[in-house]
Amino acid sequence: MTSTTSEMRPPRSEVGVIGWLRKNLFSSPTNAILTIVGIWIIWSAVSGVAHWAFANATWDGTSGKDCTWPGAGACWPFIEAKFSQFMYGRYPEPQRWRVDLTYVLAVVGLVPLMIPRVPGKLFNTIYMIVFFPVAAFLLLSGGYFGLPYVPTELWGGLLVTLVVASVGIAGAFPLGILLALGRRSRMPIVRWVSVAFIELVRGVPLITVLFMASVMLPLFLPEGMTIDKLMRALIMVALFAAAYLAEVIRGGLQAIPRGQFEAADALGLTYAQKMGLIVLPQALKLVIPGIVNTFIGLFKDTSLVLIIGIFDVLGIVQLNQTDANWFSPSTAMTGYVFAGLVFWIFCFGMSRYSLFIERRLAESDRR
Amino acid sequence: MTATTNRPGPGPISPPAKPNLLYRPEFRQAVYQILLAACLIFAFWTIASNVSDNLARQNIASGFGFWNRTAGFDISQSLIAYSNQSTYGQAFWAGLLNTLLVAAIGIVFATILGFLVGIGRLSSNWLIARICGAYVEILRNLPLLLQLFFWYFAVLKNLPGPRQSFSLPLGASLNVRGLYLPAPVPGPGFRAVLIALAIGVVASFAVAIWAKRRQRETGERFPVLWTTLALILLLPGAVYIALGQPLSFEYPALRGFNFQGGIAIQPELMALVVGLSTYTASFIAEIVRAGIAGVPRGQREAANAVGLSKGLTMRLVILPQALRIIIPPLTSQYLNLAKNSSLAVAIGYPDFVSVFTGTVLNQTGQAVEVILLTMLVFLTISLITSAFMNWFNKHIALVER
Repeated sequence: MTSTTSEMRPPRSEVGVIGWLRKNLFSSPTNAILTIVGIWIIWSAVSGVAHWAFANATWDGTSGKDCTWPGAGACWPFIEAKFSQFMYGRYPEPQRWRVDLTYVLAVVGLVPLMIPRVPGKLFNTIYMIVFFPVAAFLLLSGGYFGLPYVPTELWGGLLVTLVVASVGIAGAFPLGILLALGRRSRMPIVRWVSVAFIELVRGVPLITVLFMASVMLPLFLPEGMTIDKLMRALIMVALFAAAYLAEVIRGGLQAIPRGQFEAADALGLTYAQKMGLIVLPQALKLVIPGIVNTFIGLFKDTSLVLIIGIFDVLGIVQLNQTDANWFSPSTAMTGYVFAGLVFWIFCFGMSRYSLFIERRLAESDRR
Repeated sequence: MTATTNRPGPGPISPPAKPNLLYRPEFRQAVYQILLAACLIFAFWTIASNVSDNLARQNIASGFGFWNRTAGFDISQSLIAYSNQSTYGQAFWAGLLNTLLVAAIGIVFATILGFLVGIGRLSSNWLIARICGAYVEILRNLPLLLQLFFWYFAVLKNLPGPRQSFSLPLGASLNVRGLYLPAPVPGPGFRAVLIALAIGVVASFAVAIWAKRRQRETGERFPVLWTTLALILLLPGAVYIALGQPLSFEYPALRGFNFQGGIAIQPELMALVVGLSTYTASFIAEIVRAGIAGVPRGQREAANAVGLSKGLTMRLVILPQALRIIIPPLTSQYLNLAKNSSLAVAIGYPDFVSVFTGTVLNQTGQAVEVILLTMLVFLTISLITSAFMNWFNKHIALVER
């Protein structure tokens, strides 16, 4: 019987914190230099942000003068004073509960829809597709049930950002599916029309499309008929996003094996049944990352509406820079940091949620 | 059972009766298409008649007669001779060239930065990978317009005035009016240096092609890199020194209230280039990362096994294969950058959209012609870029046996 020697412990430099450091940060001279450069970058970024946003920031004040001193950082009183404008624009103050109520209705519908474990998805979807849009329109616009009418010129800030983004998404999704199916159709005229629309829209920048909405669309309409400016922007944003979405969905459709189409045909399903029950559920699942990326792009693009005179979060921030009362060297920076945080939270949230769904679907595919 | 009794005994099965016309796919497809075409024609006809009515009522001329009329407005930066006496046609070209300038500079910087960040994200160095990851996650989740505003209004417009401007290396200075760089002034005989440079470039291409052919035939390698460097740097350098250094620099100098001399780069152009290239770089970085991650792991292991260094593995094994995955999405990023350059209108850089679709449209009121031309220009840019990138893609595609 040979006695087993006790297992030797690895050298101390290979395990624990030191081992991790050696492996991940100082594995070679180049890496060591890179690490030092990296530490320097992080240090200057963190200390710069900390000084600007906290140590040298102005916390109290009533005008830009309070934020004007040598080495002044962020001008937080500016955000505090303008916060309600950033959220609601010029929406009349006594009516703002209507905006808040719309947000509550949206959250009530959206949160259970987004958590896969919560039951009752069918009712939830019906609520979000049928009930919520009607309720939101009646609440925000008013003019019915004793609610005073609020013209869209008064809407602004985060409200406009969310309205443009959600209407854009809701409009672009079905249209994008139709365009993608049209592009793969066997009917030549349908195919040509889809291809022409998709390529034309994808070839030009959103700004020209919005310019078109503001100068050309009025010419298209018969005399005396006008469309609300926000409505025009909504239509154009939805059409624009639909073209991009159509290409993403087409990628998914192309990835579905031909056998699936043939099996559906063999079962005698109609075109709508074949697409709705067999092909699209699989195709859309494949391209969820692409769809979410398009939606993130659309959310960021909502900021462009300020060019045609509609004030979303960024537009309102930009508008308030010119307020003489709040003139200071750091007003602009503070405003952009605030607007940036708002956009970033939404976009980053969307991308993380898409990762979560992707992983979940990948798990369900594993056998 | 009734079905069988109807049949007249065993025999050849009769072909199924032709279905009702309504149930025949060809007929239904024809009907759908005719309906769609009719709807479209009707919509176009209505729009066209509305447009002509509206134009007639507002007394707006139609056609491209405005092209040769005097524009009467100034453009703050132009690559061609332009004054407010120039025509709308010249304004069109001035704006278009400004857009192409921004797109070209932006693409170069975005590609360099994007590749660096993308490769950095896959670095074995934990810290560098995290920093590059943070860069991508922050920049691509913020609207480009916000970033342009940030660079223009919050950074460049907050720089000190000309008297307190920052001095940069090589005699450049940076202040609220822009970036001032020394301008090269060619002396007599400088053309010879340029000719030498051109000869060097052409000769190095020839050497590269010859060396590649020789290597394919005989397997012998030729030090292409060093020959090329010598041809491109030493040949013009020798001519330059032989002619007595016929190149001087004109340095920008503070005279009065502003800098004179040198090359002045407007803050609008700077903000646009910085904003566009850092934003697009975050997308390019993701594409590069996905491309490199898409190369099978065995390739890297094989390169390690034959003893290639890390740099050579990247340059000779990974990148050439990754490029095939990278090129198609990279093309669409370049196109996005060119299209996004139209956001210049928001910070006052005289790009094509700002000059033509903005000012010219406002002055002439000819919305239909101007918007159509704008779309045509962008479609042309898109088509040319994708044609070039398709050619490049084909050029580097894997040649399989």
